[in-house]
Amino acid sequence: MSEKPTAKVSLSASIARFREVGLLGFIILMSIVVQLRNPSFLTLENLNDMITNTAILSILAIGMMLVIITGGIDLSIGATLALSGMITALTVGAYPNLNPIMAILLGILVGIVSGGILGVIISKGGVLPIIATLGMMYIFRGLTFMVSGGKWVSAHQMPVSFKGIATGSFLGINNLILIAVITYLIFFYFINHTRTGRQIYAVGSNPDSAKISGINHDRIIWLVYTLMGGLSGLAGVLWVSKFASAQGDTASGYELTVIAACVLGGVNIAGGSGKISGLILGSVLIGILNNALPLINVSPFWQMGIQGSIILIAVILNALVKRGVDLNALMRRKI
Amino acid sequence: MENLSKKNFSLKTFFLQWEWLLVLLFILVNIINTNLSPYYLNFNSLRDATMTFLDKAFMVFPMVLIIILRDIDISVASIVALASVIMAHLYSLGVPMEMTIVICLAVGAICGLINGLLIVKFKELSAVIVTLSTMIIYRGIAYIILEDQSAGSFPEWFGFLGWGYVFGIPFILIAFVVMAIIFGLLLHKTTFGRRVYAIGNNPTAARFSGVQVDKIKVIVFTLAGIMAAITALFLTSRMGSTRPNVATGYELDVIAMVVLGGISTAGGKGRMVGAVIAVFLIGFLRNGLGLINMPAQVLMIIIGLLLIIAVMVPNLKPKVKLKTKAVKSQSKQIAG
Amino acid sequence: MSEFVLELRGITKTFPGVKALDDVHFQLKPGEIHALMGENGAGKSTFIKVITGVHQPDEGEMYLNGQKVEFRNPKEAKNQGIAAIYQHVTCYPDLNVTENIFMGHEKVQKGTRRILWKEMHAEANKLLRELGANFDAKALMGTLSVAEQQIVEIAKALSTNAKIIIMDEPTAALTRNESEELYRITEKLRDSGTSVIFISHRFEDMYRLASKVTVFRDSKYIGSWGVHDISNEELIVAMVGREIKQLFPKTEAVIGEEVLSVENLGRTGFFAGVSFNLRKGEILGLTGLVGAGRSEVCQALFGIEPADKGKIRIKGLEKKITNPQQAMKQGIGYLPEDRQQQGLILSWGIDKNITLPSLDHLSSKGWLNKKKEEAIASSLSKKVSVKTPSIYNLVSSLSGGNQQKVAVAKLLTSDLDIIILDEPTKGVDVGAKSAIYEIISDLACQGYGVIMVSSEMPEVLSMCDRILVMREGRITAEIDGKYATQEAILEAAMTN
Repeated sequence: MSEKPTAKVSLSASIARFREVGLLGFIILMSIVVQLRNPSFLTLENLNDMITNTAILSILAIGMMLVIITGGIDLSIGATLALSGMITALTVGAYPNLNPIMAILLGILVGIVSGGILGVIISKGGVLPIIATLGMMYIFRGLTFMVSGGKWVSAHQMPVSFKGIATGSFLGINNLILIAVITYLIFFYFINHTRTGRQIYAVGSNPDSAKISGINHDRIIWLVYTLMGGLSGLAGVLWVSKFASAQGDTASGYELTVIAACVLGGVNIAGGSGKISGLILGSVLIGILNNALPLINVSPFWQMGIQGSIILIAVILNALVKRGVDLNALMRRKI
Repeated sequence: MENLSKKNFSLKTFFLQWEWLLVLLFILVNIINTNLSPYYLNFNSLRDATMTFLDKAFMVFPMVLIIILRDIDISVASIVALASVIMAHLYSLGVPMEMTIVICLAVGAICGLINGLLIVKFKELSAVIVTLSTMIIYRGIAYIILEDQSAGSFPEWFGFLGWGYVFGIPFILIAFVVMAIIFGLLLHKTTFGRRVYAIGNNPTAARFSGVQVDKIKVIVFTLAGIMAAITALFLTSRMGSTRPNVATGYELDVIAMVVLGGISTAGGKGRMVGAVIAVFLIGFLRNGLGLINMPAQVLMIIIGLLLIIAVMVPNLKPKVKLKTKAVKSQSKQIAG
Repeated sequence: MSEFVLELRGITKTFPGVKALDDVHFQLKPGEIHALMGENGAGKSTFIKVITGVHQPDEGEMYLNGQKVEFRNPKEAKNQGIAAIYQHVTCYPDLNVTENIFMGHEKVQKGTRRILWKEMHAEANKLLRELGANFDAKALMGTLSVAEQQIVEIAKALSTNAKIIIMDEPTAALTRNESEELYRITEKLRDSGTSVIFISHRFEDMYRLASKVTVFRDSKYIGSWGVHDISNEELIVAMVGREIKQLFPKTEAVIGEEVLSVENLGRTGFFAGVSFNLRKGEILGLTGLVGAGRSEVCQALFGIEPADKGKIRIKGLEKKITNPQQAMKQGIGYLPEDRQQQGLILSWGIDKNITLPSLDHLSSKGWLNKKKEEAIASSLSKKVSVKTPSIYNLVSSLSGGNQQKVAVAKLLTSDLDIIILDEPTKGVDVGAKSAIYEIISDLACQGYGVIMVSSEMPEVLSMCDRILVMREGRITAEIDGKYATQEAILEAAMTN
């Protein structure tokens, strides 16, 4: 019945392991090369800057992974981030004594509402994710400009306590990193150890079977876009606090960076699979890339082309690996 | 739809078509505009208004085909930017203008061809992810070429494309009408168009019937690239110069016009005339809102809302119909 | 306490226009393997769906351990210990085996609702060991073979404490060794007191496993026997029931020169070493069990999934066929098995469906010629006698038989020599069947070489001049139509 079961298990496992080890190896190799070309790369200051940048990216990547696992995509997150960042910045500007925790909660709330609306449009309205999120991207972006009246909120309009969210630290660890780690722990538990979390994978892996197993498909779809919204809202507050400015075009196009981190981390663009560990590596790699390229004198104008190529190459490689595995399975059938 | 209009013709079904709804909306928009601004209803201003929005409308035609095929192309705006930037850059390097125009069209065709080939060679990847990647890459190349500079100062005659008149009619309007007729005939009167509908309705059955699905997809995506290059010509001509961030967000406008025109994102349905009406509907809406100084950001919101509502409205109705249909076919299957 | 764990009495189920089950009885003892047999369309699947609560019967009663039960939905049946394993495994390929087993009834900690992975993995592994499987519960479902996935499905049934397990053609997609493994597991289940209802077309399965066999025919209950109390011949008569060679208007066609010859054709993982030839006017039957590779061979000839080994010669010339257009140009036409998904565009009219394969002939320089199209569509629609008020009616409004006629008409538009029909009468009522046989017979008389893939013995025996039998991706017998018998075909299809 199963001629070589052990070989089979190890084949799939080794491909997954190969991807993660390969990514890790690539990260280390790249760091060494960059360090040799520019010694200011591995300085404490630069590392801190890099890691805090990566923290925001990796928070968004969690939400995007959940969306992609269900077979969808979300192009509106850059706009959601900007909207929540702007509303929070305006609020703390008007009420400078507001507790930073409340500011964070406000940002998350704005994100959840935005994502919730998007989720309803996709799950109940039957609008394709690409079209719904493209439409909402423009709506959120437009709203951001409207609430700000087209103006910026700059550093001097923000209270110190608010800017402290990103710059401050707790037990010697930067707040941003702390928040990212906590978010990761919560979501690691959620997607691996709760039924709802596992149902997200089930819906993405085989929607028809999921319905037979009694999983509420529409609820899961709604949930992932709402979670994505909430995380974008959180990221919005962190972003505005870190860069100490809120603008109408904050994080414009950032959704593409997030998608790149996901596909690099091995999240299957066709849905059904994706792991937290891969996500961290994918985010770190993109984070280093964004930080290191300017240091080795790569023009910032190359960044977009490089990022697009990374996405395309990653998804094509994922597809080719899958083909190889399938062909292997066919060859093993004895006729 | 075509069957209805041919044999079981009835006035009721004829007037209940989506296109008539669009015409009504179009009239409504114009009435509102007339009331908003006394300067609106004026032949010359209306005529010149078409020149402001028709540049991107050239991409609507191939997008209709793509959405009928159940695919999507969100890279078109980036192709516009790349074709425009390459054209301007080569001109600034001293290549003759005529030559750069040909190259501009070739760049569009190659970008579209690459999209098409990637989509048919890697069927595991959806058109969404392929065109999303190439969207970034194409615009990325445009940035690599021009960085944050702009390029322009074209010869005077090049401005004719975007600003010129022929017998008092804007040249761009004439070009649009000619293209609309060509694409309308292609979709509705040729074997090619029939096959596009076949693929959109049931790609498997189309393939089993000998339709060359891959070839048709590659052709359609290449056409999308060429039409994006034509948009680049008109747009660059109107602006007189170009930058890598030109045409940002055009893909949204184009997709909005197509789905508002009654072309279903589920594939296989819709007609060219609907999309053409939708082009003018959105165009005049923008024009009117511009007259009362509505900020551009509000326009973005309105277009986004229009896009989502246009997809959602037809989705809400047929669900009931589909259910009864499914029951019927089930009972038939058992009986048959 | 009743002596039966499950008993059904006088079950009748009517769907609009058809009686799917007509006064059917069934009795299942504890620890019994009970074979359920009958031709396609005999009512077996509806019967299963009644037991598992998918359908509710119109009349009749069901007793579980002597207690009368009525299931309103599948969940109620599941809670009562009834589980079904279907031929096409429904699984989550990206998730591991444990999750596939426990999806919908995960073990969670009280209070925190945390999933208890350790416990689940342990229990999954225990179930797998009991079933004799040698893969780990942490393996991804998608990396397992079909046979291994089936073991997971059985483990899933056991994890819900099923006392009655229904297996619907579980061996159809398995190789011989894999089937052997499944037999062993099924016996193990029986020995531990679980009752099994085993549906199969293979006599081999029945003899090897079951102690009792129940036969359905035309939605009716025919009888139940001890497996060793009934002879093979008697069982076939019970299943088929009617005199073969009726309703088959086969006229002898003149058999001419060879139009197609295939040598050593193979496609990795699906079939290998397939060689045969086809002559003008000949109807060549291609039969065997579902999953034996028949459709795959035909689809290779038509270029849907090209072969990777071997040669195809058409009228003596070697040809490479890599896509359907090439096949059609070489004169090969194909009627797919699934007319709703592969054969027709349901939301289109009859006219446009018929002309789709031959648009090039009906157009001048790419322009559609609606008049020409209309003329061809209406003449062909008449020729295959589609019953419809107008050729502009949507295909979705036609009955199965008439839809199939439209699909056949599509083939007649092109200039073909070879016509491949894949299960041409599947899901078609008796009246339309006879009409389709007439068309097939007619095609042979006109000089087409016809390949007919079919699982239905009577039509293979009556229509074909020559019969090829496939098993596990290879041709195992070639039988002259005149001397073919059901037994000879079944033997070649089922045994090595």
